[in-house]
Amino acid sequence: MAYSEKVMEHYTNPRNVGTLDKNSKSVGTGLVGAPECGDVMRLQIEVDENNVITDAKFKTFGCGSAIASSSLATEWLKGKTVDQAMTIDNMDIVEELALPPVKIHCSVLAEDAIKSAINDYRVKNGMEPIALPKSHH
Amino acid sequence: MELPIYLDNNATTPLDPRVLEAMLPYFTTKFGNAASRNHAFGWVAEEGVDYAREQAAKLIGCTEKEIIFTSGATEADNLGIKGVFEMYQDKGNHIITATTEHKAVLDTCKHLEKLGAKVTYLSVKEDGLIDLAELEAAMTEQTILVTIMYGNNEIGVVQPIREISAIAHKFGALFMTDATQAVGKIPVDVNADGIDLLAFSAHKMYGPKGVGVLYVRRKNPRVKVTAQMDGGGHERGMRSGTLNVPGIVGLGKACELCRLEMDSEAARLSALRDKLESALTVMEESYVNGNTQHRLPHVANISFKYVEGEGLMMAMKDLAVSSGSACTSASLEPSYVLKSLGLSDDLAHSSIRFGLGRFTTEEEIDYAIENTKKAVNHLRDLSPLWEMFKEGIDLSKIEWAEH
Repeated sequence: MAYSEKVMEHYTNPRNVGTLDKNSKSVGTGLVGAPECGDVMRLQIEVDENNVITDAKFKTFGCGSAIASSSLATEWLKGKTVDQAMTIDNMDIVEELALPPVKIHCSVLAEDAIKSAINDYRVKNGMEPIALPKSHH
Repeated sequence: MELPIYLDNNATTPLDPRVLEAMLPYFTTKFGNAASRNHAFGWVAEEGVDYAREQAAKLIGCTEKEIIFTSGATEADNLGIKGVFEMYQDKGNHIITATTEHKAVLDTCKHLEKLGAKVTYLSVKEDGLIDLAELEAAMTEQTILVTIMYGNNEIGVVQPIREISAIAHKFGALFMTDATQAVGKIPVDVNADGIDLLAFSAHKMYGPKGVGVLYVRRKNPRVKVTAQMDGGGHERGMRSGTLNVPGIVGLGKACELCRLEMDSEAARLSALRDKLESALTVMEESYVNGNTQHRLPHVANISFKYVEGEGLMMAMKDLAVSSGSACTSASLEPSYVLKSLGLSDDLAHSSIRFGLGRFTTEEEIDYAIENTKKAVNHLRDLSPLWEMFKEGIDLSKIEWAEH
């Protein structure tokens, strides 16, 4: 499959690979996917007292599009407030990376990872988790 | 050394220049229709076809009259299986095959099920070999055909063909084999092996695409197949259609070269394959899939745990290989062959097939080893599963989010 240059670029030079302390109260961790489906994405955010995401890290087991989607997601998360991050839509990722239709799944996974990381952060800090809309797959 | 390096010779092989040379005149000056019996143009073409028939027959130990030219192995598989089913229906309707067969066999059997065939799909053991006792137990008086591939296209495992054919014959059934990956690579002898029908294709053995062979035994027993195409009655009535003369000439030449060079090539390729495998499996959590004794000399199928095959192939961008991961397709199902071995889904997603060939050099294998190691390490650094594994977390205990 021929990938867009942007996918290749993120794949070759993934941004923000790494691990944040998942036990820290200021860190939210989202782990989505399953090994038997061929993709697992772990996305983490670090949030400051102003509700701004100061850092984001990812690790992904999956195809090139899954790695590129999560790499792009971490770039987009940094500097956004948690509320702004909540509005990131998988179709924005599809568009930015020019993902082919069979790879839309990867962007859905990234959106779910973002929301799941935010909810982990919310629950840790005594807030109600946000009800996630049933994903669009 | 030129990049990228082609290591997908199970998918197709490049044409050997010597084959091309043999073919060229048959596109231009020797262009006649081999069925034109009344002039020199036809005779010249027929001569070319006859010679190719001899070359092909010699490779698998049969006579020229037993070679039926087709458009490739898929057509040969279809003609053999459907042709036997239709011809021997009054004797029975039971066919036995295995779950690791090529789709050309599996889908043909599925098609026949709609037409009243009863098909047994034998499972394989974890090394990819079928269980002979299970085969024997599946045989009935209704069994007309056992069709089991010679060497597997994904993992290279070679089935115990002689034992299988003996069991089929004991019950009065015919034995067919899809030998597409085996012919030209390892010795295949239809008489010694007890094969009644055999399919192969030129483009897997440095010949052209679009031409293949169905071997149909003429003696002990005389096998008949019902034609699947009606027309001029070419190929002893079994496969009508104007012969692809240049293709057939190329197939013949390819057969001859394989026969002459098989021993030295097999030794060279298995040494390169072993080098590749041992260099890659010294890495942690890397496994060779399939039986390592009974197999083709040129295939290595390796799973690299905690990295995903398609992602890995992207990192090995200078290597043309293939993956058992289904991430390249719309379905998320990994290779059914690897799953048949009992591989877990995540290991099946993590596999890479290296298919070596006549033009593979040691320098290329050295490069492939370095490139693959680098790619695996890079992706493991990116893999949350690898991190968890390193921390000693049991991944099977994690409740994965359904997706």
